[in-house]
Amino acid sequence: MAEPLVWLILLPLAWATGAFLVPARGAWLALGGTAAQLWLAFQLAAKVGAGDTATHAVGGWGAPLGIDLTADGLTALLLILTQFVALPLFVYARAYFAEKSPAFWPLAGFLLAGMNALFLSADLFNIYVTLELVGLAAVGLVAMGGGAQQLAAALRYLFATLVGSGLYLLGVALIYGVYGTVAIETLTPLVAADTPRAVWFAAGLMLVGLMIKTALFPFHYWLPPAPGGAPAPVSALLSALVVKASFYLILRLWLGPFAPLVDVVAWLPALLGSAAIFWGSWRAIRAVRLKALVAWSTVAQLGYLFLIFPLLGSDQLALHAGGMQLVAHGLAKAAMFAAVGVLIQVTGRDTVADVAGVAARLPVTLFAFALAGVTLMGLPPSGGFLAKWLLIEAALVRGRWDMVVVILAGGLLAAVYVFRVLRQAFLLPPSGERRRVERRPVAMLEWTAFALAAASVLVGLRGMEIVRLLGAGA
Amino acid sequence: MTMLTSGLIFACTGVVLFAMGVAGVVLLDHLLRRILAFNLMGSGAFLVLIGLAQRAGASDPVPQAMVLTGIVVAVAATALALALARRLFALTGGYGLPQSDAKDGDG
Repeated sequence: MAEPLVWLILLPLAWATGAFLVPARGAWLALGGTAAQLWLAFQLAAKVGAGDTATHAVGGWGAPLGIDLTADGLTALLLILTQFVALPLFVYARAYFAEKSPAFWPLAGFLLAGMNALFLSADLFNIYVTLELVGLAAVGLVAMGGGAQQLAAALRYLFATLVGSGLYLLGVALIYGVYGTVAIETLTPLVAADTPRAVWFAAGLMLVGLMIKTALFPFHYWLPPAPGGAPAPVSALLSALVVKASFYLILRLWLGPFAPLVDVVAWLPALLGSAAIFWGSWRAIRAVRLKALVAWSTVAQLGYLFLIFPLLGSDQLALHAGGMQLVAHGLAKAAMFAAVGVLIQVTGRDTVADVAGVAARLPVTLFAFALAGVTLMGLPPSGGFLAKWLLIEAALVRGRWDMVVVILAGGLLAAVYVFRVLRQAFLLPPSGERRRVERRPVAMLEWTAFALAAASVLVGLRGMEIVRLLGAGA
Repeated sequence: MTMLTSGLIFACTGVVLFAMGVAGVVLLDHLLRRILAFNLMGSGAFLVLIGLAQRAGASDPVPQAMVLTGIVVAVAATALALALARRLFALTGGYGLPQSDAKDGDG
């Protein structure tokens, strides 16, 4: 029976609708549904890993008229990552909101449904629809706080995401005009055989549109205000997962239909990625507010993902590095936002200066923050270490010493902003005025942050499984 | 031949409309204007989709189905943007985005 492909999309849709209708049960529906989705994602990975192709024609109508869903190793990895990060975050969110924000659950459910559908879509137009689903649900989550700042951040994000998907749609229109199909599988040989100028233009539009949505430097302007102003679980979902969806599409298109076109411009994303690493880290080092620090660190860490493009080749090293970085950063950033959420709740303030001396009272949270920091810096045995190691190896094989320097410098800069917070928390005494406003931490919040952080470090030990999965079904 | 030309005219108009829409979304300040500009952008893309797909006089149903889906998406996005803009207006009394957090989320 179970078609995991279909249920991975239907389940979140179902529980999101349920959570909308019965707000009081929203959290439990979300937790149950996401646990089931995680199980389905592992089922799918096992199936793909065993060499079976996973495809499903929705409603029995296959391509070119109907909608096809397919999954390979990369899809399965992202599906597992998404559900694996979402589940502890939902446990966290349940304790964080304490029944005060019923809007979170339906929106989160629609977000997950959109993301799962995006990963599984096999045609360019369906991908456009899922991109919009993800974007609209994410904007709703950003606006959830309801204050003027949050609404402004949500609108800024909405316009960025609409321009991004608009560019993508125009590209799809041109491609359909040239080839008369939008199925990725059919397109790949067609583009390789003959590429009129309109297709170059279309590829450029689609990649730029997706880069806006991935918040690659210099299109990152919308990212720091959006998670910066939102509640902690929302920031974590956005930074850890949502921006990865559009990156996944860039990678998919780059390796698939656009492969014959993009070799000559592969240096461009890498250059922008390097700029993102330096600029994002610099702003994180300078940030006054804790959430801004973590959000800018996302801009920097996304830069690493784009370094892989000139290094992609038959040895797959760069692809493995990219997959590893997706997983490690997803887990670490979710953990970091979760830890920061606890710090802000307890100190009542959102500045780096205000965490002075909290280490004594929040050892678990600080430990979670530090572990996530270990992954971002790329220290062994974390997933971040493995990602950077593979990336450096790929760069050395091709003699790209300049990229090795960027990767190492990025790690050092990450150490600066992580230690900035830790130094404040461990070494500086709290000021007297601040000591009395503190609230007691909620244990559930602390431990879910810790679980995510621990996973981001331990995933480095499961590197072989991830690499094997990435190679499957491709 | 004439059909092909008319399709191309549609497509070129679409590209111009799209470019105008993008410029509007990026450059304008007033939220309602930006929302209208987004709709212009979407219409431009739809026109390209319909225009280019006219082959040898017969129109192709697939892009029409796509445009229909695209319109639904655009309506939903417009509704969300309008709801956010109205709420922002109720809170701040203006249709511009406040500048305070424009300095990269640190403000």
